[in-house]
Amino acid sequence: MSPSGADYIRQVKEQISEIDPAEVHGLLDEGVALLDVRETEEWDAGHLPGATHIPRGYLESRVDGAIPDRDQRLIVYCASGTRSALAAKTLSDLGYSDVASMTGGITLWKDRGYEVDQPRKLTAEQRERYSRHFLLPEIGQVGQEKLLDAKVLLLGAGGLGSPTALYLAAAGVGTIGIIDNDVVDLSNLQRQVIHTTDRVGVKKVDSAEESMKAINPDVNVVKYDFRLDASNIMDVIEGYDVIVDGLDNFPTRYLLNDASVRLQIPVVSASILGFDGQLTVFKPYDGPCYRCLYPVPPPAELAPSCGANGVLGVLPGTMGLLQATEVVKLIVGIGEPLVGRLLLYEALGATFTELKVRRDPECPICSREPSEITDAEMGVFPDYEAFCAAAG
Amino acid sequence: MATVRIPPVLRSSTGGAKEVGADGSNVGEVLRSLAEAHPATQTQLFGEGGDLNRYVNVYLNDEDVRVLDGLDTTVEDGDVLVILPAMAGGCR
Repeated sequence: MSPSGADYIRQVKEQISEIDPAEVHGLLDEGVALLDVRETEEWDAGHLPGATHIPRGYLESRVDGAIPDRDQRLIVYCASGTRSALAAKTLSDLGYSDVASMTGGITLWKDRGYEVDQPRKLTAEQRERYSRHFLLPEIGQVGQEKLLDAKVLLLGAGGLGSPTALYLAAAGVGTIGIIDNDVVDLSNLQRQVIHTTDRVGVKKVDSAEESMKAINPDVNVVKYDFRLDASNIMDVIEGYDVIVDGLDNFPTRYLLNDASVRLQIPVVSASILGFDGQLTVFKPYDGPCYRCLYPVPPPAELAPSCGANGVLGVLPGTMGLLQATEVVKLIVGIGEPLVGRLLLYEALGATFTELKVRRDPECPICSREPSEITDAEMGVFPDYEAFCAAAG
Repeated sequence: MATVRIPPVLRSSTGGAKEVGADGSNVGEVLRSLAEAHPATQTQLFGEGGDLNRYVNVYLNDEDVRVLDGLDTTVEDGDVLVILPAMAGGCR
């Protein structure tokens, strides 16, 4: 005779390990993985701190991505301990060697007075919009919430800033600041895809805002319609989580470096010319800073601008999107950011080259404590006056 | 012979070539033989005292020669030297 549902659950519980909430509580910081197998609405009402969420119906299809290590110690829970027992059996069958189901589920956990994380309530529209992120175990709802809470500053709404702004807005970065005092020119449109022909003559910050809002009205766009300089940089950049550098000149790059080291804000930096691009991430005190890589600027004749030398229109797209990718990684905290590495892209040969960038132990800026860097030093570099005079 | 990768700003000095072969048993020799073959690169690479200009980074394979032995770093046949000056452009 076939067993009843209740009999079946009883049989399963005999085959698996169970663990009391008190013991689980003691293991919270011990490297165990907590797996919540309830439905999304239940998860949204509150879950154990640090838990991963896979509804039981998706367990087999998603667990490999979420918990790839079959020997990882795993504690499964649900509302009362029944669904988690069935899930624990499935996980054992899948080869997970150390699985236990928490008795009494989150209901008993809460009765004992243990802490519960209350996730942000995402709207149905947001769930749909970011659904492809939710499916990635590396991002998921937790990562998407980090993106929604993040503040990213884009220096320039030009060639590099255009694709970066569009994709970061699409990805749901909650606050995007843009600093640019230019207006859209017809010659920009060969590469600056955030602007449009009918917006020639419009301020770039306004044009960029319109495009970003059209993609994602969730995004709060903060506009700075002026040039970044020593008098305003600290006020502008403070409070941002990541800065995206698409600057077009050396003095401001040095200034940005010094201020971002002082405030310990990572800078995702790219530069382009002709068919060539460079990309790296300057994460203060974790890796080198801009001055470690380039202690002094080249003379003006060795540093032509795109305005003078031209640039392939799609190149800032390639480099800008590599920047956007690094920004997402930094915010969500996944992967290996391009810290201490410089990526060179040469479009005609379709080659990528990676070079190591070391911290300079004698770097005039990042070898010192942030508090020791004074206003007077920021943005100063050897031959600054001569450089600016030569550059006109 | 080593291969030297030429950055965009120096390509006008190498007749447009992105890569140039150059002989030498160390970094200094390779760069000097590059400068002999393409004299316009001389002042861009080297200062008056014969040292590498500080604004030019040179990598042997993927490592900055300054953390190796500088211009004295040994170069093997088939090694790749990358010359890398800072680029200004973000393109407004």
